[in-house]
Amino acid sequence: MDVKALIIILMSSVLVDNYVLNRFLGICPFLGVSKKVNQSVGMGIAVIFVMLVATAVTWPIQTFILNEFGLGYLQTIVFILVIASLVQFIEIFLKKTIPALHQSLGVYLPLITTNCAVLGVTINNITDGYNFIESMVSSLGCGLGFLLAMVLFSGMRSRIEESDVPENFKGLPVTLVAASFISMAFFGFAGIVENILA
Amino acid sequence: MNILIALLVAVVIGLIAGIMLALASHFFKVEENETVKAVRECLPGANCGACGFAGCDAYAQAVAEGKAEANLCIPGGPDVAGQLSAVLGVEISVEAPKVAYVNCSGDCSAVAQKAVYEGLQSCKAATMVYGGPFSCKFGCIGLGDCVAECPVGAISVKDTLARIDPKTCIACGKCVKTCPKGVISLVGEDVVVAVACSNKEKGAVARKNCMNACLGCKKCEKTCEHDAIKVIDNLAVIDYAKCEDCGKCAEVCPTGRLKIVDMKNGVIG
Repeated sequence: MDVKALIIILMSSVLVDNYVLNRFLGICPFLGVSKKVNQSVGMGIAVIFVMLVATAVTWPIQTFILNEFGLGYLQTIVFILVIASLVQFIEIFLKKTIPALHQSLGVYLPLITTNCAVLGVTINNITDGYNFIESMVSSLGCGLGFLLAMVLFSGMRSRIEESDVPENFKGLPVTLVAASFISMAFFGFAGIVENILA
Repeated sequence: MNILIALLVAVVIGLIAGIMLALASHFFKVEENETVKAVRECLPGANCGACGFAGCDAYAQAVAEGKAEANLCIPGGPDVAGQLSAVLGVEISVEAPKVAYVNCSGDCSAVAQKAVYEGLQSCKAATMVYGGPFSCKFGCIGLGDCVAECPVGAISVKDTLARIDPKTCIACGKCVKTCPKGVISLVGEDVVVAVACSNKEKGAVARKNCMNACLGCKKCEKTCEHDAIKVIDNLAVIDYAKCEDCGKCAEVCPTGRLKIVDMKNGVIG
């Protein structure tokens, strides 16, 4: 197992191929839950958790069931089905066994059951031809990237809330403009990661 | 043949997921506290926070666990308290419903402007600059911090003076907390006389600073037959526990700062 390749996968999925800022997936929770820093951290951790669990389940399903029977075209519908019911199961399980964790994480779980970022990660892992360990690392990276984007943006939003915004830009417009600036900043990472470790 | 396999795979996966969820909801069922649910249904759901908890859900939780009194819901008033007492099976003492009242009548025709304030349009910010732009340092500034805070839109500012519509007011007390001058107070809905001034300066000084100031002349104190009104720090203060609602103090008040009010019908003097 090439550790260097794994680190490259991790770094590039955090910075270069950031799901929110470069692939524009998962924009809904990104804009919805980024008003406060502690909320965005909770959401980010929940997303990391769900992405890891979803990948751990969907990769074997794709490899051992769908590919085996030549049913690649069922990928989307099966993944949605599996991820949604899995997250529901985890929520029920947490509520019973670890109420404290459910209190901090549980409220975000229903929000991300069929989140496009989660589905995107699992499908991209297959399309990029990763093996199981590479898929898990890539999911971890994507989750961390989501967390990073959420925390950065919630910090930026608290600045926006305090500033005097022109009437026409108040609310969502100025938020989207700010998001586009962060997104442009992240485009600067393109091409850096491969060369750092080279 | 292919479509049958596809169908079979989808159905089996769906079936497994469904059975798993059904089993989970059976085995990992969490007993929710029925009392919390019943209490929550009685509450108005405005989430105003007047009870001192983070919202109606948090308050319902606290009431059901016996950590909070059941009469703290101010917007709900006696109705909700009655329903809660039925749910919990306990007696609840209910205070008379309250409304917020602005203890100031210094509108722009009464107070002199000692400076022109052009900074951030907020009472809190304006207060920090020499106590605000008006000659009376006790009165309403009228930049509307309370208007922004009010969850039901009961407050409006007219002629630099905040005015609260007692019929709309739910007495959540948010304006009382936010006002940097402290001119808003909660009074009983059934009071007849209210003091429309907060100036604690001596008569002549107060009069110079605001045409509508309470002079602290003590006429009301002498007139009151029930010992309910006292002039403290040059300002009339009514003890509503003793007040018999005769309204004689308002009749003798030379500046008309003691006002006859009828909160239930929206009359604030």
